[in-house]
Amino acid sequence: MNDDLIIAGKNYSSRLLVGTGKYKDFSETRAAIDASGAQIVTVAIRRTNIGQHAGEPSLLDCLPPEEFTYLPNTAGCYSADDAVRTLRLARELLDGHKLVKLEVLGDPKTLYPNVIETIAAAKTLVKDGFDVMVYTSDDPIIAKQLEEIGCCAVMPLASLIGSGMGILNPWNLEIIIENAKVPVLVDAGVGTASDAAIAMELGCAGILMNTAIAVAKNPVLMASAMKKAVEAGREAFLAGRMPKKLYSASPSSPVAGLITAA
Amino acid sequence: MQIFINGNIKQLYSDNVTITALVVTLNLTGKRLAIERNGEIVPRSQFDVVMLSDGDKLEIVGAVGGG
Repeated sequence: MNDDLIIAGKNYSSRLLVGTGKYKDFSETRAAIDASGAQIVTVAIRRTNIGQHAGEPSLLDCLPPEEFTYLPNTAGCYSADDAVRTLRLARELLDGHKLVKLEVLGDPKTLYPNVIETIAAAKTLVKDGFDVMVYTSDDPIIAKQLEEIGCCAVMPLASLIGSGMGILNPWNLEIIIENAKVPVLVDAGVGTASDAAIAMELGCAGILMNTAIAVAKNPVLMASAMKKAVEAGREAFLAGRMPKKLYSASPSSPVAGLITAA
Repeated sequence: MQIFINGNIKQLYSDNVTITALVVTLNLTGKRLAIERNGEIVPRSQFDVVMLSDGDKLEIVGAVGGG
């Protein structure tokens, strides 16, 4: 069955997108990402370390852009202007690459999205020809507005970035998914495999995560678990779950033909 | 002349320095990077022709791990 995730007109067989931060070293980064099966990987744009050794390996050596779809982010940006500036640099850095992850943060303690600045940045970036996957709160109205601006995917948080608290408001996610015509991905907050499965069962098109894998005791094993959880959750969503029956059981075995007392 | 690279002062001992020459000086040849000069991106195709001026503020960035 072909069940590709389609983002900005491109097909991906994996619905798990992963970050590349917080790993011990590049070899662990690469091993975990291979185990996750992810095809889209986020990267941050930062000042180059002037004076570093010329032969020092870089992230791009570890994850060649020919093998992965890069998703440069705007992590650490607190204004629309900074986010737009960062992604224009990313586009230059990655030879005209258009697919980006927009996130404009509200404060350093919660890293909660500043949706007003996010909307302003999204408008500028879409007009400028970027394919914008946008990190936002789980507010259904804002999510719809970001879609209407022209974002190619809307990515509400499940809970705070790096918190591992799981899905705090499945009801809002369901409203967002039901209203959306673009892929809705959960971005941020997934802590373990069951969180990922639940998000997919709700009908999310995919999940973007970093910390849950990178900070696990065994990141490579967790990456493998997340791959399976995303696939299992997706299949369960497509299969259509049985209706919930509150307060009444329904036996799985025949009620007729029971032996009687001798 | 004096320029600023990623917020740090850098002295250059020549008045005719292209971006390409600066990249060589900084030992960044062959690195994938993007450069902003006084708030404007300098396309890689222009590295050979853009001359630095006294007081220029450069941002030199690359891709790093992030979520």
